Amino acid sequence: MAGVTLDTVRKIYAGNVEAVKGVSLGIEDGSFCVLVGPSGCGKSTLLRMIAGLETISGGEIRIGDRVVNQVEPADRDIAMVFQNYALYPHMSVYDNMAYGLRNRKTPKDEIDKRVKEAARILAIEPFLDRKPRALSGGQRQRVAMGRAIVRKPQVFLFDEPLSNLDAKLRVQMRVEIKRLQKALGVTSIYVTHDQVEAMTLSDKLVVMSGGQIEQVGSPSEVYRRPETRFVATFIGSPPMNILPGKVEGPGRVSVGGQMIAVTDMREGLAPGSAIEVGLRPEDVQAGSAPGASSLDMDVDFVEELGATQLFHGKVAGTDFVVQASTGQIAADTRKLTLSIDPGNVHLFDPQTTKRLGRV
Amino acid sequence: MEKRAHISGWTLPLLLILPQMAITVIFFYWPASQAIWQSFLREDAFGLASEFVGFENYAALFEQPEYYRAMVTTAIFSSLVAFFSLSCALLLATQADKSIRGGHAFKTLLIWPYAVAPAIAGVLWIFMFHPTLGTLARPIRAAGIDWNPMLNGTHAMILLVLSATWKHISYNFLFFLAGLQAIPRSVIEAGAIDGAGPMRRFWTIVFPLLSPTTFFLLVVTVVYVFFETFGIIDAVTGGGPAGQTTTLVYKVYADGRLGGDLGGSAAQSVILMVIVIALTAIQFRYVERKVQY
Repeated sequence: MAGVTLDTVRKIYAGNVEAVKGVSLGIEDGSFCVLVGPSGCGKSTLLRMIAGLETISGGEIRIGDRVVNQVEPADRDIAMVFQNYALYPHMSVYDNMAYGLRNRKTPKDEIDKRVKEAARILAIEPFLDRKPRALSGGQRQRVAMGRAIVRKPQVFLFDEPLSNLDAKLRVQMRVEIKRLQKALGVTSIYVTHDQVEAMTLSDKLVVMSGGQIEQVGSPSEVYRRPETRFVATFIGSPPMNILPGKVEGPGRVSVGGQMIAVTDMREGLAPGSAIEVGLRPEDVQAGSAPGASSLDMDVDFVEELGATQLFHGKVAGTDFVVQASTGQIAADTRKLTLSIDPGNVHLFDPQTTKRLGRV
Repeated sequence: MEKRAHISGWTLPLLLILPQMAITVIFFYWPASQAIWQSFLREDAFGLASEFVGFENYAALFEQPEYYRAMVTTAIFSSLVAFFSLSCALLLATQADKSIRGGHAFKTLLIWPYAVAPAIAGVLWIFMFHPTLGTLARPIRAAGIDWNPMLNGTHAMILLVLSATWKHISYNFLFFLAGLQAIPRSVIEAGAIDGAGPMRRFWTIVFPLLSPTTFFLLVVTVVYVFFETFGIIDAVTGGGPAGQTTTLVYKVYADGRLGGDLGGSAAQSVILMVIVIALTAIQFRYVERKVQY
């Protein structure tokens, strides 16, 4: 097994469209790295470059210690699971999984052993003789996984493998992929636009936007301390509320005239300058608490999620959402006082959108 | 939105399908039934008298060694044209499927031969390969080969296969190209990651996935060779030399129009009709089963 290293990797398409703008990233051996971002952020292109399906316009990709820029996909010792599974429609499930091994001249009994083992792990033994068209979406997904694991590659690549499944199956397969990856210990790179998948699967979360990396870190780091406004609003559901505010002094900002104390604030910000104040819907509490700052909110309507309720409304004229356990706030509440813990306030520069936290 | 229109009564629907039915009846069923009727008659060469002879025309046909020879000629001719036009078209289509500079011009040029009328195509080829006039025949003769499609049956057949193949490649090319473009790119990519080189990918993934297209084109090409090569044969060899390139369809024309044996010629066309119905039936059954791989 091996880690993967990207060094200022670029992809420029015909017509000078730069899809990937100099991405550098180190993925440790055996870790599960998730690339997440909106459509068109370059995450799939990056994955396909690692796979060898796209040429590399600049920079260097290493698998282990080997530079693979000019290496054919077949010789990179990787396996990939595609979004549409890309099973060979004319081959049985068994042949689909055996195909890669046969191409590598693996002995017949070894192929048989590995295919049977993978089928057992993935619980697809009853379907080995079937053609892919006779399988359900979830079963096809398993076959695609099986085709990857029989090869025992250095790196697994996943290109949005769960996006064609229904919601329930998606959660189930997500757990299985995580369990499988832990059991096999193979370095994995997983591309998704679903932030829940990204949070739950990753050891290392890479948030991308516009062909660049916005932030790299563990899921909890990225969630707790988003480095840019983009990351703050992309990771977390419902997304973080962003309010326009003003710097009042060290550790103090104001929103619509109401003072808010902040723990994590850059020193030396000029009082009176504009600043963006980020608050997660789940981090604000109803009612006033001693020592906490407060904000007034006008509630427009309530969304019921079962265990929790979402209160939609406005704070200082800006849209705002509060998430609270069901029953904590009366559903017919029209005016809310929110208490804000200083440790839960995120500050961003309105121009650069970068975090203005302590250095 | 309800897309189905409801029409009460029978008058309007009948009127609507009438033009199509009229065309089918006048141009297909009527001549076909005439041919069947005529195949049971013996007529004198001037068309003045005819008598009902039952299956005598058919019996006479199967006693002619020339008829069997035409069958063999047709079989050889059609299998050669089918093989070459399918394989060349597939080769060209795989090349055109790659994203290459000038790909559009390449595709357009490849389609042109299909727009040339068979007789014109035949004349073009005979001009190029005419033993004394042909621009391409000269270098062949200069190379020491006694090239003469006018006298040598094999040479005549080669020339026919060449021109019929050339004309049909365009058609097959178009279908193969569409077939190739319908194969999901990710399946090919999965093959590349699975360690299959371009040739192995082609034979183990692309070719099997193209098999429905290939089968369809095989039937269409055989039907083409059976019937539509008449113009080329008439222009290039006229069935000669000494009947060596007379196919079943050309024999219908030669016996009926030139030989004046209308009954025998009608019997031959009925047999051809049966062959083509059989081919079409196989084709439809295959399409209906919808088993692709």
